[in-house]
Amino acid sequence: MDKMVPYPSNSIVPERDLDKKPILETHHLGVDFGGLTAVDDFSITVGRTEISGLIGPNGAGKTTVFNLLTNVYQPTRGDIMLDGMTTARKTCFQVNKMGIARTFQNIRLFSNMSVLDNVKIGLHNSINQNLFSAMTHLFNYGKSEKAARDEAMSLLEFFDMQDVADSEAGSLPYGAQRRLEIARALATHPKIILLDEPAAGMNPSETSELMENIRRIRDNFGIAVLLIEHDMKLVMNICEGICVLDHGKVIAKGSPDEIKSNPKVIEAYLGKKKEGDANA
Amino acid sequence: MTFLSNLINGISLGSVYAIIALGYTMVYGIAKMLNFAHGDVIMVGAYASYCTMIYLGWHPLLSILFSIVVCTLLGVIIEAFAYKPLRRAGSLAVLITAIGVSYLLQNVALLIWGSTPKVFTSVVNFEPLSFFGGKLTITAESIVTVLACIVIMICLTLFTQKTKIGKAMRAVSEDKDAAELMGINVNTTISITFAVGSALAAVAGVLLCSSYPTLVPTTGSMPGIKAFTAAVFGGIGSIPGAMLGGILLGIIEIFSKSYISTSLSDAIVFAVLILVLLIKPTGILGKKITEKV
Repeated sequence: MDKMVPYPSNSIVPERDLDKKPILETHHLGVDFGGLTAVDDFSITVGRTEISGLIGPNGAGKTTVFNLLTNVYQPTRGDIMLDGMTTARKTCFQVNKMGIARTFQNIRLFSNMSVLDNVKIGLHNSINQNLFSAMTHLFNYGKSEKAARDEAMSLLEFFDMQDVADSEAGSLPYGAQRRLEIARALATHPKIILLDEPAAGMNPSETSELMENIRRIRDNFGIAVLLIEHDMKLVMNICEGICVLDHGKVIAKGSPDEIKSNPKVIEAYLGKKKEGDANA
Repeated sequence: MTFLSNLINGISLGSVYAIIALGYTMVYGIAKMLNFAHGDVIMVGAYASYCTMIYLGWHPLLSILFSIVVCTLLGVIIEAFAYKPLRRAGSLAVLITAIGVSYLLQNVALLIWGSTPKVFTSVVNFEPLSFFGGKLTITAESIVTVLACIVIMICLTLFTQKTKIGKAMRAVSEDKDAAELMGINVNTTISITFAVGSALAAVAGVLLCSSYPTLVPTTGSMPGIKAFTAAVFGGIGSIPGAMLGGILLGIIEIFSKSYISTSLSDAIVFAVLILVLLIKPTGILGKKITEKV
């Protein structure tokens, strides 16, 4: 694991990413729902190949941040720079094309479609196929179909799922569905992948396999990973930079060791008793 | 022999319902809305074909192609102007808009073509086939309709299962938001669905009016409602369901017309629908939707 060093914009990134443009930067990002401020003044920098974590008590606004980053919600304030380009006024699929992909807290696979087809949906934008050639089976239909199939299969192999390629996605065991969601997201050729509680509901051996997979994703695809997770063992083990959110605000940023000993973090998780904060 | 002839007529009428029902079911499956204007797109398709054949003397095949183009454009335009702005609105708003579009189309047609029925010339110019020494005749229209229905069914199944756009449609129908986050342009996908559905409506309109040649601005509304019934009957959202529902509905209608009562046939058709939905609320091939709690 590299030493964390300050990036010119006051954030920290892994030393190996210092010379490169950060993949994701947000500046004072905020969103209000009616009168409620769900996220406020959220600024992070994620290095090009960084594995970074977003943690915080339940209801802190972590998934809202993911929804802002993928333009499911439009931010009320602030900017998001994805690979140096703003994502303002883009739609979800355009932001995905720009290089951000995600998984969901509750698995959202296309459960009636086959495992292979789920991954192929992810490949949608990279399959060069128009309506006419597809309808007539002429031109490049056969070739593009095969290329898509090959790529989808190699992604499935990466997660050791090649044997279930033709099963219905909804029939897979839970852990496999989680892996398939990651494979589907990777199929969109992202530069950064957002994982929303990837270890939720997993047993310790599945979790350690997941940690291994997250590192392999970073190393093989050379992309950044930003994950939300409650499993502190996983977060402290694989995340290089961690951002702690509480009540929609960043309360701490830093390396795992810094976070572990930060009094504000300890307070957010364990309290000082606060009123109306049942989940903390 | 009457039985056989009724059965064939029923399948033929049912095939038309099935083609229309495919439009309903695809749009419902993907955009989660009931496009009640679909029936009136059929009427526009029939008029488009009628006008080019009668006034311009076009070849029937050419007139069908023209009618497909007109309806495809019409479908896309209706979607873009009436439904797209309501994408985030409640389903009731979209439903009422669809009914509005339906009346708009009927009344515009009334303005253009008037209320006098036009007599549609069949696009099929073959002699009826005779069997058993003339005891059983099958009109060429029936055969063409059934064949068209089978061809459409096969093409549509291949399209949704095998092509990239078809897969995108299935993905959007399962989870619109997740599909969009995987890089699928949901708006384009919905437009394509409307285009395909409306193209089918054109074919259905021409086939319907070839068998039942009276063309008035409300021609599309009753078959539209019946086809919607067929789609629900077979399980809305399911392509084979629309097919099965359409054909069953056609058979039931023709049989009740010839064996029970002509005037009661529609009542019987809808009574059967009510019965089926009481026993199986999701329709014959509809999937049971279980919400995870």
